[in-house]
Amino acid sequence: MSQLVLERLRARFGEKILQTSSFRGDEEAIVAPADWLEVATFLRDDPECAMNHFVDVTAVDYPEREPETPRFDLLLFVRSLAKKHRIRLKTRLREDQGAATLSQVWLGADWTEREVYDMFGIKFDGHPDLRRILMYEEFKGYPLRKDYPINKTQPLVEYRDVGPSKLAPFGGDMGNPFGRIDWLQRLGGGNRQVSPAIGVQQGQKQTLSSGTEEKN
Amino acid sequence: MEPTEEYEDENSLELPAEPMRLNMGPSHPAMHGTIRMVLDLDGEIIRNVDVQPGYLHRGFEKSCERGTWSQVYPYADRLNYVSPMLNNVGFSLAVEKLMGIVVPERCQVYRVILGELSRITDHLTCNGAMAMELGAFTPFLWMIKVRDWIWDILEAETGARMTHSFGRIGGMAKPPRPQLKDDIRAILPQVERVLTESEALLIRNRIFIDRVANVGKLSQKDALSLGITGPMLRATGLEVDVRKDNPYSGYETYDFEIPVGHQGDTYDRFMVRLEEVRQSCRILQQAIDRLADDGPINVSDPRVILPEKEAVYHTIEATIAHFKIVMEGVKPPAGEVYSYTEGGNGELGFYIVSDGSGTPYRVRCRPPSFINLKAAEIFLRGEMIADIVPAFGSVNMIGGECDR
Amino acid sequence: MGEVTAVLGGGQSGFATSNFDALLGWARKYSLFQYPFVTACCGMEHMATAGARYDIERFGAGAPRFSPRQSDLLWVVGTITQKQAPALKRIYEQMADPKYVIAFGTCASCGGFYDNYTTVPGIDKVIPVDVFIPGCPPRPEAVLDALILLQEKIQNGDRDPVVSAPRPVSPLVQIGLKPPDNT
Repeated sequence: MSQLVLERLRARFGEKILQTSSFRGDEEAIVAPADWLEVATFLRDDPECAMNHFVDVTAVDYPEREPETPRFDLLLFVRSLAKKHRIRLKTRLREDQGAATLSQVWLGADWTEREVYDMFGIKFDGHPDLRRILMYEEFKGYPLRKDYPINKTQPLVEYRDVGPSKLAPFGGDMGNPFGRIDWLQRLGGGNRQVSPAIGVQQGQKQTLSSGTEEKN
Repeated sequence: MEPTEEYEDENSLELPAEPMRLNMGPSHPAMHGTIRMVLDLDGEIIRNVDVQPGYLHRGFEKSCERGTWSQVYPYADRLNYVSPMLNNVGFSLAVEKLMGIVVPERCQVYRVILGELSRITDHLTCNGAMAMELGAFTPFLWMIKVRDWIWDILEAETGARMTHSFGRIGGMAKPPRPQLKDDIRAILPQVERVLTESEALLIRNRIFIDRVANVGKLSQKDALSLGITGPMLRATGLEVDVRKDNPYSGYETYDFEIPVGHQGDTYDRFMVRLEEVRQSCRILQQAIDRLADDGPINVSDPRVILPEKEAVYHTIEATIAHFKIVMEGVKPPAGEVYSYTEGGNGELGFYIVSDGSGTPYRVRCRPPSFINLKAAEIFLRGEMIADIVPAFGSVNMIGGECDR
Repeated sequence: MGEVTAVLGGGQSGFATSNFDALLGWARKYSLFQYPFVTACCGMEHMATAGARYDIERFGAGAPRFSPRQSDLLWVVGTITQKQAPALKRIYEQMADPKYVIAFGTCASCGGFYDNYTTVPGIDKVIPVDVFIPGCPPRPEAVLDALILLQEKIQNGDRDPVVSAPRPVSPLVQIGLKPPDNT
């Protein structure tokens, strides 16, 4: 459906389009971060593509890809009003790398890029107002990164003491694990899986029980 | 204060005027939940508005990475909480797209029925709340009355009035009740009656028109560049609806129209939503005629759908299948996909990344409210403070979807 | 005079010790001015409770005052996030005594299933609460039960936090029970 867009991109940019793919009806093109703004502007201005309807900008964190591939995937989704085709443009960024802002190309990129900065810490060069949008200014860290533990709170207002009656009936080391995957363990090279069934899926080594020490 | 003998002539008075910064929110009756707006005012006229969302950020995307694919449904429900079935269906379609599953036709019709019921409640709530904030309390009460009746139907079907968590990957949680068709046939005339009565009170009312017409105008070019979708975009005159452009769940076979507005102001947005309720009733009428009385609701794939409870208790294969689906989760193949449906506010998209395991790697919700809300910074410039209330109400910013 | 000030202050549990206190309690409980601090999905059920079918107005608690200075019942409806918590605390502090707080919904009572970096696990970690209403979202009937419970507490002068209990369901109404095989 959007093969035309991929062909136009390849015709115009040639080698700069690192990879294209079409999976389950979604067309995707991968570019280098340096070409991000140029390709996006072409998508909007080219009369054949005419991608004037902005859809979304987001990112995904793959920390286990490093150091071969940069950890962040930055994605742009756009659509054409007249031609009704869509494309997903992707680029890969390292942690310290920023990308050019697309807020001059499409107005909608303004807030979505702020959200990507808030959640992942990816900075956008030339953004008019890059500050946190969903979290508060005093928050440290970037929540959607895999190495940010989900239950680490940074309260703005100090908690009152509500007494022991409101605590959960079991301690922190009992009951169900908080999440199915313990990312800090996994990124730290640990091989203790959270539950055997999941551990096997994730390719983790099996241990006898959580209390058994590794003897090497 | 010094005596003012020097300024006896009023025409020579130089009143200093400097812009004032006023804070609206985050707890404000007309803020539909929680938005903070920092207004730069010149008297009553707004020079600049800084909309600050995020006061309801509940960590949807991070919470989805904690459980299985099926455990996303309660979180997804609470995204656009006035039309929860639309979120459920949207997420189901996303995972089914990734897995390459197509649900049976009876399920598609059922999804359309529940989805359109949710869409009706969404638009009724938005319009009712908007009217209430302008002082017209009666249409709000009528629309809430009808909304309660629709919620009664949804409660009998799904078990809950609001956050149903009824969608499943590869189908729905339960098949439709036999009484569903009669219930909906009974309620559609009531919805039409309430719409007519509310229209009689509002749309030719001098006060209502003065407050909402030509207020909060958005141009087509700005709307497209901002990424606006849904009733806000249709109010500017563009016929853009995911149900017509990229049909799903059989929408191409239903006969309905897309209402569009003229100039993208608040009045147009209100009217577009009102007309969309009528079109949804039309779709419902066709869907319930089409709903088969028997037939499978779920796709018959044991890797995806829980087996029948009787089989689980008596056969080992069903027990193992049940165990694997519950403990490990449904396992879509590794890959990423973006699937979009027409939510209450526009294009509700789910971009999901799977690593082949039962735990989602990334679930991104493309939130129509969040992207539509940016328009408020543009169309509120030059308006007065009192115009914020209806204009902001017409954006239908749902906090759960905006901040996720 | 000493007795009257003891009842007028907040945060003390006790019971009405005189006819005057009973009169004050009666007057307060039937004229609650609510401040709806609405954030999330529970707001929809709050709207429905204010609607014509469940009508919270008949209990005298239907008048919303959107200024904390003019209200005495703070309805905290919906999830409170860390970003919102300072605003909530400030609004509570701005209300004049005697003031009551209802935590509407599971998110306000204990954080709900949003057990993560951004949600306050229950507003009683920020402000004192009088009645908790469990439910996600609670049915309007549960909300009205909680309101009646609060009204009893106001009459008695009781300030201990309580949870509004779910109504017992008669066995005949429970769905899915098959009759025993020996019939």
